[in-house]
Amino acid sequence: MSDEERGRLHHDMGGLPAGPVERAEHDYAPWEKRVDALMTLLSRHGLLRVDELRRNIEGLGARAYDRMSYYERWMAAVSAILIERGVISIDDLGRKMAEIEAARRQEPAA
Amino acid sequence: MSRVPEFAARHRPGDRVRVRAAAPPGHVRTPWYVRGKSGTVERLCGTFGNPEELAYNRSGEPRQPLYRVRFRQRELWPDYRGRDHDTVEVEIYQHWLEPVSTAEREA
Repeated sequence: MSDEERGRLHHDMGGLPAGPVERAEHDYAPWEKRVDALMTLLSRHGLLRVDELRRNIEGLGARAYDRMSYYERWMAAVSAILIERGVISIDDLGRKMAEIEAARRQEPAA
Repeated sequence: MSRVPEFAARHRPGDRVRVRAAAPPGHVRTPWYVRGKSGTVERLCGTFGNPEELAYNRSGEPRQPLYRVRFRQRELWPDYRGRDHDTVEVEIYQHWLEPVSTAEREA
């Protein structure tokens, strides 16, 4: 029986083969900094706990966990927590996402 | 100010402990690779809200003692090729630890 069949969750990958560690520093995109700021603010206002953030990241499922970047996982988790807590509704989020998509389509290609 | 409820610390530095070999669903702070393994308490880090409860926005109380536990690399990884005395330290909440009896140690 594999560790996964015994109950190891996907994110809990300590000690598994992973290739070399990437040691180079990298810049953060403006949106990534905004996600970081959003998380700090929500936490300070008692609207989110870091443990809830972890639970939601761990609950993304293996495919989404591997496909998403670090801050994409954060954003997915922050959205899920705010919906759970009743801060925003699914409808609010869906409409805002569609609005931003539409605005982006009207911008000339960079 | 009222006192925050917490569990009393059961282990002391130097005690041998074993990590429970449990696999519950949900947010758990005990890494897979130490479950079922034995190590030595290096220090008590303090007492903190239980993250398994905080993950669901509950109080996390009573707070749980958190220990830094030292494991021998050789005991964690069957194919470990480093030095015999290499160790790794992992912070583990008390409810994941059970004492290792003297009889078991000497067996």
